[in-house]
Amino acid sequence: MRFAAVVEVSALEGIADPEAATIERALPLLGFGSVSNIRVGRIFRFIVEAADAPAARIAAEELSHRLLANPVIQWADVSVSPLEVPT
Amino acid sequence: MTAARSPTVAVAVVVFPGSNCEHDTVQALSGLGARAELVWHTEHSLAGFDAVVVPGGFAHGDYLRPGAIARFSPVMDAVCEAAAYGVPVLGICNGFQVLTEAHLLPGALQRNAGGRFLCEVTECEVVSTSSVLTAGAVSGTRLKLPINHFEGNYTCPPSVLLALESNGQIPLRYVTNPNGSLGSIAAVANEAGNVVGLMPHPERACSILTGSLDGQALLKSFLKAATDRTGAAGAVPVAAVTGS
Repeated sequence: MRFAAVVEVSALEGIADPEAATIERALPLLGFGSVSNIRVGRIFRFIVEAADAPAARIAAEELSHRLLANPVIQWADVSVSPLEVPT
Repeated sequence: MTAARSPTVAVAVVVFPGSNCEHDTVQALSGLGARAELVWHTEHSLAGFDAVVVPGGFAHGDYLRPGAIARFSPVMDAVCEAAAYGVPVLGICNGFQVLTEAHLLPGALQRNAGGRFLCEVTECEVVSTSSVLTAGAVSGTRLKLPINHFEGNYTCPPSVLLALESNGQIPLRYVTNPNGSLGSIAAVANEAGNVVGLMPHPERACSILTGSLDGQALLKSFLKAATDRTGAAGAVPVAAVTGS
């Protein structure tokens, strides 16, 4: 079966996120003074071939852990959903 | 690639697509009497080399994170095996980032505090002499070394920092912290002391024309460690670097 995987990667709390800090500094000028705590991250979307959803999830988590995110400075959120309805 | 044996110390300077300090590194090491050779990242063997340098640059374009993709280049299996065999391995700037991503060194390099790319001369103090980079230096010596990076802000979990400090795994600290690095750390060594990464560029401080000769002390120490070790244990054998 094919599964759509989404991995969201972002800086851990306390790790420098200059892009977010720059956006946040601009917010009052744009009239969004009520918005705070911006974090900027990346989303990776890919397709996994696997026997079932748990296997697809394990594959996506391994890719996330080994390549997409560095756990020393980043956190990752992995989600997997079937692309095809099981018959 | 197999280097022919010669009386001079043989150093592999690993080149990834996007490396840009490899020629400076070869020049600096050659000036100190070493035989430095460029080794393309698709090589599987470092047999015959006495030491390895992973130079600065933007390996694989620094896509994803600096060093994240370089870690999976074929040559990195050989670098890891050489490191395990006790061969001196040095990562400079982007090379430091590659070695942390490859888990040869603890911690990670995050973006500079202040969000600026830094290109300046820093002063670094020799803290620990238990590494191949600083074994020949005197603790407390201050060295003028250039930095040139955006992601040089060293960080690691508190327990790792404690271990680094108690094991003498911090060869160099910045006198004035330029980038926000935890504990002003400029260089980190592994527990055995044969693998070292540093953000400053010692290879750019080996000529009076570039403003400082202080990098020579570090590279001489690195080469001496390779020479001493080679005398005792030999260069990387073919069996130790089969790769996978």
